[in-house]
Formats: sequence, C-alpha cells, structure tokens
Amino acid sequence: MTAAYGSLAEPGPIERARWAVADAVVVAGRDVAHWRRQPAAVLVNALFPVLLLLMFVYLLGGGMVVPGGGDYRDFLVPGMLALAMVFGVEATMTAVVTDTARGITDRFRSLPMAPSAVVTGRCLADMASSVVGLAVLIAAGLAIGWRPARVGPALVAVGLLLLLRLAFLWIGIYLGLLARDPAMVMAVQILVWPFVFLSNAFVAASTMPGWLAVVAEWNPLAGTVTAVRGLFGAPVGTGGGWATEHATLLAVLWPVLLTVVFAVLSVRRFQRLSR
Amino acid sequence: MVSAISIAGLTKKYEKKVVLDGIDLRVRSGTVCALLGPNGAGKTTTVRIMTTLVRPDAGRIEVAGIDVVRDPRAARARIGLIGQQPAVDDVLGARQNLVLFARLQHLGRRAAGARADELLEQVGLAGTGTQPVRQFSGGMRRRLDIAAGLVLAPEVLFLDEPTTGLDPAGRRDVWDAIRALVAGGTTVLLTTQYLEEAERLADDVCVLDGGRLVAQGTPGELTAAIGGDRLELVVTDPGRAREAALLAERAAAAGPARDQAGAGERVVVPVSRRPGVVGAVVRALDEAGIAVDDVVLRATTLDEAYLRITGRNDERTEVPA
Repeated sequence: MTAAYGSLAEPGPIERARWAVADAVVVAGRDVAHWRRQPAAVLVNALFPVLLLLMFVYLLGGGMVVPGGGDYRDFLVPGMLALAMVFGVEATMTAVVTDTARGITDRFRSLPMAPSAVVTGRCLADMASSVVGLAVLIAAGLAIGWRPARVGPALVAVGLLLLLRLAFLWIGIYLGLLARDPAMVMAVQILVWPFVFLSNAFVAASTMPGWLAVVAEWNPLAGTVTAVRGLFGAPVGTGGGWATEHATLLAVLWPVLLTVVFAVLSVRRFQRLSR
Repeated sequence: MVSAISIAGLTKKYEKKVVLDGIDLRVRSGTVCALLGPNGAGKTTTVRIMTTLVRPDAGRIEVAGIDVVRDPRAARARIGLIGQQPAVDDVLGARQNLVLFARLQHLGRRAAGARADELLEQVGLAGTGTQPVRQFSGGMRRRLDIAAGLVLAPEVLFLDEPTTGLDPAGRRDVWDAIRALVAGGTTVLLTTQYLEEAERLADDVCVLDGGRLVAQGTPGELTAAIGGDRLELVVTDPGRAREAALLAERAAAAGPARDQAGAGERVVVPVSRRPGVVGAVVRALDEAGIAVDDVVLRATTLDEAYLRITGRNDERTEVPA
C-alpha cells in the first residue's frame, strides 16, 4: 500500500543531505504561505521599527546631543537597524512555542522527514523575513534623509546586522523550546526593552552613569551598533572603553559565540523532547 | 495471525516515577485496538513510544514489523500519528496543510496536490477551498488532522484521544472516519477515556491503569467482566448495610463481590438486567426486616468499571456522584 507513495529504501548520505535541504525549504515555505495569507501581520512587524525610528528622530531627537558631534538621525538609524534584529527574537520564539504547543513539532517529528529541517526551516524563514524587515527600515531611513557613506562598507554592515539576527534567532529557538506556554513570549517581549535600552542603540554609552556605561558597552548589541555606525559613516559618539574601541571584533565575536552556545543548547533541548 | 503492533516488556520511567511498568501488547493486522484508561494511566506515553517520539527505557516495540527504537525512520514511513490535539496549521487552508505534510513525506509537487485532493474528498472537506483552518469547527479540524495522518496511507494509524473535547456531532464524524479507514485495511490503535467509544470502534480493548495492562479482551468480554448494571439501595439503618449488601447480592444472583462492605447507608450491588431483579432484592430485604428508603437501577459508570477492574476501591461505600 505504501509503495505507491514513495520508496522506503534507506537513503544514502547524499540523498539524505538533499532531502534535509529540500525539507527545510518546504518548512520555510510554510512561513511564506503565512505571509501571503496575513500581509497585515507582516506589515505591522516591518513597520513597528519604522514607527520607533520616526518617534525617536522627530519626537525625542530634538533633545538628543551626540557626544563628539553629528546628526542624531544618522546616529540613530544604525541603532534602530540593530534593534530590529534583536526584536526578531520574539517572532522566532513565538513560532517555535506555538508549533510545539499545538503539536505541530511532534507531527513533524513523527514524519519520515529530515529531523533537522524543523529547525533549519525556521532559520531560513526567519532570516528571509529579517532581510525584508531590514530593507523596509533602510528604505525608511533613506526616506527621512539618512545616507550611508559608501556602498561597499554598507553591505558589510548589513552582513553584520544579519549575523546579529542569526544569534538572536538561535536564542529565540532555545527560548521557544524552553517555554511551555505561549504566555511566556510576553515576558520576553517585555524584557527585550530594558535589554535594548541598556546599550548604545539610542544614546552613546558614555552618557550613562559609570557602571551602567560599562554594561551597555558590553551588551552584545553594542558592538554591532558601533561597528555598523562606523561602516555607514555615521557619528559613533566619543568616549568609551576597550569594548567600544574593538567594536568590530565584538560585532563578530558576540553573535558567533551566542549562535554556537544557543545552537548547542537548542539541539540538546530538541533531543530532550524524546525523553 | 500477523501482528501490526507487537510490544514486549515496555518500561518507561520519568525520574523515579514508573510510567509504564512492563507492557505486553499485540494488535492483529487490520483490527482496531482501544487503549482505555483514566488520565495518567500511561496511554499517551505508550503511543508516543510506538510512534518514535519518545524512547523507552526497556522493551521491544515492533510496529508494522519494524523495531521503532532501532529504525525510527523506517517506522515513521509506515505509521500515521494523530495526537491529542489537532496538529494542523490554522493559518493555512485544509488543502495547503495536506500539501505541506505530503511534501514533507517527499511526494512531488503534483503528487502531493493529487493526494491532498483525494484525502479531502475522503474526510469530507473537499469544499473548504482556501478557508483558513482557524475558522473550522472542532470536528472539521479533527477530520483534517486525521487526513494529515493518512498521507502515506500508513499501515498502522495511532489516534490519541481523537474525540476528546468534541461535541456529539464531531464525535460521530470522527467515528465514521475511523470506521472507513478500518474498512480499507488500516490497523488502528486509539486511546480513549470513554468506554462507549471503545465499545463502538474496537475489536479489542486493553485497559491501562497505573502503567500496567489490567484487562484485555473484546468489548463484550470486558463488559461482562465489569458486570452490566448497578442496583443502588439506601437503607434506613446504616448498621445493617453489610447485611443488606449480602442479601441483595444473593437475591440478584450476581457474582460474589470481592470488595468488603463498609459503613454507610448506601449499598451498590452489581446486577444483570433481567425482569424481576429489583423486586427480588427488595423482597429479600423486606423479609429480613431491613427498611429501604430508595432503590435505583442504573448502568455501570466508567469509574466503577475502572474500580472493578483495578480492584483498588470498595465499590459499595464509594459511590461516584
């Protein structure tokens, strides 16, 4: 009976790898189908950072002074771009929690598909939506008069931003597997605010009181923000310790470290589902 | 007889708690087996182990002739799982859902579409078009869920409490769908808390309690073991309850109850429904001078069935509301 719908022969390693990729694309395709069906949700998600950008530039920006001089708008846009990458953690976590709570993760696990595709499919989909989100936010920045200095470094900056998103994607997957209840996403949605404010995304860390400035400088978000500001040719704000001086190094090290740690934790958590 | 499921010595512990304590089970090919038991009996764990989602601590588990622990991938290609809650994407439509699951089982684009249409027809959802699953009724959602478990025409289908939370119409829908499957030759293992569901669908019923199989047989055999109906008496003098119970049992010609009668005025006696049984009991009590305030003849409740089979409680003193 089964033979009519596919071969049951044990696949070789190449065949397996091919299916792992194909399955991941199908899993990610499910998200694309969601976007098509819920364009409003996609729009809200993409426009929220734009709204923040506009509020900070036009409502708060008048009172902002960038230490070392420079326009607050140019200072803020790179910060907002990095912020949008961190906010992605909520989308990833929500998707993982919902699928696990609804039994969809278990259904995937009971299918003869590549087990890795459950997670790699999520990565593909979330990275794709982040690229779109970044494009929208960059377009908004350009629309209000922000201009990156040169194209080459700007592309490197986009690469660093996506690397940061990758790190927060894995944090999101881990938190999603950890959470038993979709209500826990709320907690993360709240906690992400102090996390992003305790960085140099909105104001230079040097304007904060002593020890807070140090914490803000070492925030995994901060390295990316400073490095991206440099690459876009925006004012970076003066003052700062070792972390600020080596921002580009941290902009690579932090996301790589977080990705490795949370990928390992997530895989272990995923395996624990069979206990 | 060919076994579609064959389990020997299945054991599973969580921390120190023994969830499954040496289960042996065989399900013949092409039959329906109902795993009946209260919450926490270990039904879901058993199903999750048989469907490769959870690893057992000990035991040999073969499904469709495949060792599920040694070769989970091959097992997954031959089984369908329908979990406790409908595991379908509720943003997508019914057809989109089925195409998604078919593609993940490596059907080509065209074959996936064709299979999806076939299944939609089979479960009566062909007319739903692009309507998102979110707008489906509970029964429709469940039928889609069942269809999603049938993509590869599995040899063995597992349903974990398929009708829990459904209204009577939805329940009938699901029962019909399961009957149609069995007519097509699929072996079905379903778990349920409802004796009625087991009676209606299953060829064999296994009662699971506290991680052990405590009874096994056809629905007819089990109902006979549980003992048909109950006669409930309220005696005026609680001091004579034990005496009343013995007299009533004798008069009703029921098998000797294994439980000890306790204190209390309420007496419950297993009886088989036959003409004159109530009269005989009341006469016997009257002759012994035991006054009776109330007499009720009613069907055995599932609670009593569990208690009877597991033999853990004194049925005559603990009457479920």
